[in-house]
Amino acid sequence: MELENKLASKLQPTFFKKHQEAIYKSLEDKHTTVEVYEDDPLATHMVLNMGPQHPATHGVLRVILELDGEKIVKNKLDIGYLHRGIEKIAENKTYQEFMPYTDRTDYLSPYSNNVALCTAVEKIADIEVPERAQYIRMIGCELARISSHLLWLGTMVMDAGAVSFFIWTFREREKLYDIFDNFGGHRFTISHSRIGGVANDLTPDTVKMIKDWVVNFKKELVGWNKFLNKNRIFFDRNKDIGTITAEEGINIGLSGPNLRATGIAYDLRKIDPYCKYDEVDFEVPTRLEGDNLARYYCRMEEMTQSLRIIEQCFDKMKKGPIRANNAKQTYPSKDEVYYSMEGMIHDFMMTDTGVCPPAGMECYHAIEAPKGELGYYIQSDGTGHPWRLEIRSPSFANLQALEYILDGEMVADTVVLIGGLDPVMGDSDK
Amino acid sequence: MNISSAHQKIIDDLKQQYPDDILEVTENRGDVLVRVSVDAIHNICQRLYDEYRFIYLVDIFGTDRFTSEDRFEVIYNIVSLRDQLRLFIKVRCEEEDPHVQTVTDIWKAANWQERQTYDMFGVIFDGHPDLRRVFLPEDFEYYPLRKEFPLLGVPGSIELPSTTPDTED
Repeated sequence: MELENKLASKLQPTFFKKHQEAIYKSLEDKHTTVEVYEDDPLATHMVLNMGPQHPATHGVLRVILELDGEKIVKNKLDIGYLHRGIEKIAENKTYQEFMPYTDRTDYLSPYSNNVALCTAVEKIADIEVPERAQYIRMIGCELARISSHLLWLGTMVMDAGAVSFFIWTFREREKLYDIFDNFGGHRFTISHSRIGGVANDLTPDTVKMIKDWVVNFKKELVGWNKFLNKNRIFFDRNKDIGTITAEEGINIGLSGPNLRATGIAYDLRKIDPYCKYDEVDFEVPTRLEGDNLARYYCRMEEMTQSLRIIEQCFDKMKKGPIRANNAKQTYPSKDEVYYSMEGMIHDFMMTDTGVCPPAGMECYHAIEAPKGELGYYIQSDGTGHPWRLEIRSPSFANLQALEYILDGEMVADTVVLIGGLDPVMGDSDK
Repeated sequence: MNISSAHQKIIDDLKQQYPDDILEVTENRGDVLVRVSVDAIHNICQRLYDEYRFIYLVDIFGTDRFTSEDRFEVIYNIVSLRDQLRLFIKVRCEEEDPHVQTVTDIWKAANWQERQTYDMFGVIFDGHPDLRRVFLPEDFEYYPLRKEFPLLGVPGSIELPSTTPDTED
């Protein structure tokens, strides 16, 4: 008896009691017809709690599954374990000060996040960016896309059972980190983009590194495609899993490669080109099946297209300035700061006050991040701090679709589905 | 103002259909924002969905204007894939007991987006199937993106685990 009481007290939630109760209650309320098994001697009906600390949930995602045998009857996702209040922080920082925080949202592709914020601020404050800077940004974005997709590929294939693949993709990511280290001075959260341009130009050394890596990575991709596209186990694990039609996908708000895998070629690089994406030639890979395998094909093809874009960027890039030459809108170069009084004053003013978009202005700009549409909505009150900065994060939208997709799937496919949708909790939790 | 002809056509039609409910049309750097009255939001969204194929709901979020009247604003970011157009719809609601009608029956994607707005600003969406907080636990009593909420948070507002491990007795 004493032991029973002890066990019962252990099972009671100790934290966020109301929160736990609300989740379990909503699990009951989601569908109107709940079959109640009066006598269930084999206990096929159960509620399974996965996460938030679970290796297959890619961070701190908590999935609560109601199971009938091996089938998922309904499920609820509980997110917010990585909520840091980034939007609140943004209201108390200048736009440039906020830049390093964006690195930590989708921490697998920091360069894309920087570019998303920069383009949004440049749009609202009407800042021209030199052509060379835009090409450098594109190279950074595409490298970030490949880096993000590599992590997705490694973990997704690992979720499906092939552990060694993870090591191979991480070997390539390691090379990418070395490139980013030369590119912007940091391996991981690089913050290389600046409002009005980029921090520094590509050195000849970096250019050579990227070009060499692109050639090698092409060969690597061919090998991986050979390995996976004929792999029976991988096929059986992913085919016809988590199928979603184009209509459902649009209605539930899927984003990025997940939406394109249902057959809708919604890519902001084509629809609403930013940087110089309208001047390079690339394709938007789509599939019609909408299952996990289709998502895999889409992302693999996207990596090939990214390599194409990088090569074209190097061909089209001309010598020139890398930051707008306007001291009221962008940071002056370090040469100016160290050797002229005006440069130092401007540097101080930019750090202290920063860019001030017109009061009452509000606008939105989105880029095609690796995970989908990453947009920043800025409302300005005329000061250097945004009045409200809203992040439309692709992972948040994709996770919402995951809740919809998981219903009716098998419990063993949960991890593969999470891997296939590629959510990043830092991005969705903000 | 510099509104594209495609946007202008939609706005003209909306003005004709709902003459009293279209309150303000603004354009900022090519983004068109239409402010509508809070009672008409569902009908207008339905019409945009049916007639102009704004089938993709990108985002719903709130802002705090910190004014005595019409304090909270809810902004809908919708995209028409057919015409490749983006449109922003705004509604404003009162500080005391802010209510907006849900659009989850038009776009399923509105579910979490509305929950996020509720979580951050406390705007209640009438008719929402599952209006719970999305990021913060239900036990939390404040709405953190309101302007009066301090940046450093409210001490003691959330129960945290003790840093010392339980001693086994």
